Amino acid sequence: MTTQADDELWSAVADPSRLRVLDLLVSNGEVSASWLAGRVPFSRQAVSKHLVVLEEAGLVSRRKQGREVLYQVEANRLDQAARAMADLAAQWDRRLGAIKRLAEAAHAEATKTTRQP
Amino acid sequence: MTDLSIEREILIEAPAEVVWRIVTEPDQMTLWFASRVDLEVKPGAHGYMEFGDQGGPVVVEAVDPPNRFSFRWNHPREEEPAIGNSMLVEFTLTPEGEERTRLRVVESGHELRDWSDTEKQRYADEHREGWGVFLDRLTGALAEHQSR
Repeated sequence: MTTQADDELWSAVADPSRLRVLDLLVSNGEVSASWLAGRVPFSRQAVSKHLVVLEEAGLVSRRKQGREVLYQVEANRLDQAARAMADLAAQWDRRLGAIKRLAEAAHAEATKTTRQP
Repeated sequence: MTDLSIEREILIEAPAEVVWRIVTEPDQMTLWFASRVDLEVKPGAHGYMEFGDQGGPVVVEAVDPPNRFSFRWNHPREEEPAIGNSMLVEFTLTPEGEERTRLRVVESGHELRDWSDTEKQRYADEHREGWGVFLDRLTGALAEHQSR
């Protein structure tokens, strides 16, 4: 089960361009939007838009330094996103495990009945 | 893959027909999935699933016994699931010999309706390994960055 907060996280990183921005922030620490714009194949305006979405999802925070605005990744939130994904995978592992037990028990039962009429 | 997805699989010592029943019969589904399943296993059928005190509508997509079953849900939000607001759960059953079945589940969603095919293709090319792996890489890089 996902929560509204997870949904927001997922949508935020569901865009390849945003992922690229996030990736750059992760590997370079605190940087400005213009710095980012110089390293991606899309416009400065697009970078700003992506930063807004990432900020709304809590994945990125901003800080003013002189006339510049610097952005950086929110490590806790990113970690939370990774964990939410891992939880969902674990949930499916549990469900598949239950299906396996049920199917194998049903099959063993059926085999027993046909072999001992 | 044009979206975020989770893929898991398991090997089961039972024929695909047996696994199929467990995966698709509403009575059986309550043993491993939801607490109440009100569902007709027919493509396009609208149903309902309850998880404890939460519940939500589901729509069946593919029914191809005993190999493929999929449905769309948007978790317990009271909203009809459709492309763009929901997750697609796809089960694939592959017989491996007479008494063994590989069961694979893929949960995917948040497809972005307004993406062009080129963007989808680019995303698929870049994220074949799945979002989970990507995030692992990202958090790994982050940890490294912080320790520098």
